[in-house]
Amino acid sequence: MSAGKGLPPVERIPILRMGRLLLVTIQVDMHDRLALTLQDDLTMRIVQDRAQGVLIDISALEIVDSFMGRTLGNIAGMARILDADTVVVGMRPAVAITLVELGLSLPGVRTALTVEKGMELLARPAEETADADAEE
Amino acid sequence: MESTKEDSIDGMVPAKPNARDYASSGAPSYDADPLEAGMAEQKPKIADIVRKNEKAILDEWLAQQSAVPGRRSDLMSKDELREESRSFLSVFIDALQQGSPSGDGQEWDEVRNVLTQLSRARATKGFTPSETATFVFSLKQPLFARLREANAHDPQGFAEESWAVGLLIDKLGLHTTESFQKTREEVIRRQQQDMMELSTPVVSLWQGIVALPIIGTLDSNRTQMVMETLLQRIVETEAAIAIIDITGVPTVDTLVAQHLLKAVAAARLMGADCIISGIRPQIAQTIVHLGVTLGEVITKATLADAFGLALSKTGRKVVRVASS
Amino acid sequence: MRTLRSERLTVKAGDEVVGVRQCVRDFAIDARLSLVDQTKLVTAASELARNMVVYGGGGQVLVEHVEAEGRSEVRVTFEDHGPGIGDLAMALRDGFTTGGGLGLGLGGAKRLVQHFDIRSALGQGTMVVIARWK
Repeated sequence: MSAGKGLPPVERIPILRMGRLLLVTIQVDMHDRLALTLQDDLTMRIVQDRAQGVLIDISALEIVDSFMGRTLGNIAGMARILDADTVVVGMRPAVAITLVELGLSLPGVRTALTVEKGMELLARPAEETADADAEE
Repeated sequence: MESTKEDSIDGMVPAKPNARDYASSGAPSYDADPLEAGMAEQKPKIADIVRKNEKAILDEWLAQQSAVPGRRSDLMSKDELREESRSFLSVFIDALQQGSPSGDGQEWDEVRNVLTQLSRARATKGFTPSETATFVFSLKQPLFARLREANAHDPQGFAEESWAVGLLIDKLGLHTTESFQKTREEVIRRQQQDMMELSTPVVSLWQGIVALPIIGTLDSNRTQMVMETLLQRIVETEAAIAIIDITGVPTVDTLVAQHLLKAVAAARLMGADCIISGIRPQIAQTIVHLGVTLGEVITKATLADAFGLALSKTGRKVVRVASS
Repeated sequence: MRTLRSERLTVKAGDEVVGVRQCVRDFAIDARLSLVDQTKLVTAASELARNMVVYGGGGQVLVEHVEAEGRSEVRVTFEDHGPGIGDLAMALRDGFTTGGGLGLGLGGAKRLVQHFDIRSALGQGTMVVIARWK
């Protein structure tokens, strides 16, 4: 599907399915439109595939700004509404330090170090994420 | 050069071919710096003298530097010193030619840059500020010698020119000292950094559990260091739990609490839960009195308690083996 | 002060913010900033560039690698001719927002850099200069 009149076709981030999990690996520094497309695509696929979990691998991301942070939060929020859990994995130390300095704590987004751990987390029922949701 | 007359010493004889305007004219311009006006006339002279005698000046300068205490042949070889002096002299002469002998203006930027590099290098090598400034100040002698020659029959001229050159060298010497100071400060800062790194070791207590004992105050710089070290270890050990022990932190006020929470938040973003341990009774009181909120961060009085909790959180327990 | 390298970018749409990130990152690597410092500077630049698009109607970004006072510095200047900010003190406080975003904009970006300067007035556009050095 192309983006619209005269614009080049929008590249898409591939979404893989593993059982009831959706796996997304973000490997490029996305421009805004691409991030929004990802949000839309994921929401559609959660419904389509009746997914129970979404795993977003950001280990290749060198920069996560507030827009990207918001995007991840939105994805987690929409997934929640559709009764699916989201885990973001592989955040780089420099990125974590920067986000914290920026004041972003990604509320409602669970995190794990690796894809493996992320999948373990998704297999378990949501434990104390209520506290994360309680934060603004 | 100038023609000479026995009675030109007071410079008041208007017939002298190189009469200086400010000395002989009836109406000196009050807003112009007489030295500057005189120097504007002199500009070609000083620069030309130095350029013509570059090699001799270099040789004498090197001799001066070796004679004065501060040579530090242990830190710098003869060849290195020669090369450094030669290249400085070269940019110095260029600046003299193109710019004002006052040492101001962008024509002198290159000279200042060279001096800054030089100071940095020497500061790092272990020279003292005086030893470094000697590099510049010892250039006065050879320059004065040349100026005296050129002004053999004009003591007034020599006095003015050597004064101007003296001021210039002083200015450059001071610049050297300032750059030196700045570099030293940087070195100290870096050493402090290294010390901070050494004082925040992250220990792997068990598979997936790391502990970070913090000794000393926790300011924003230290917090950055703590976060970097902690997160790096979390990645290396794939830790799921990080115990931050603050037994060694003397006071915990609102600021320190904020810093701690930052570190906790950063670890959490990487998928590791944090437990803060080592809360002394006084600290607990301060926290309550100040109304500091540690949020939902789990806290334990001792590292041992925290470790026990970490074990159970990671699905383990300690069992006593029956002694045989 | 010597400018070793500079580049000017025009940012009119959200999609162009990534270009600013790449440019600033390139300069930061050149200037040998530490990884964490690089990340902080690029993230701050991303925030400010996006602000420019969202609130300022787009504008110009100037990225410079300068040598000042013996240190290697990356300086980024953001300039727009948008509506400007009336109450700067308010805007710099965390949580302030008019656009319904996360409200972290300026205060957060300021914490990520070593030098932060902002000039703005209602009807006169905005100029922000940030910098990090080694």
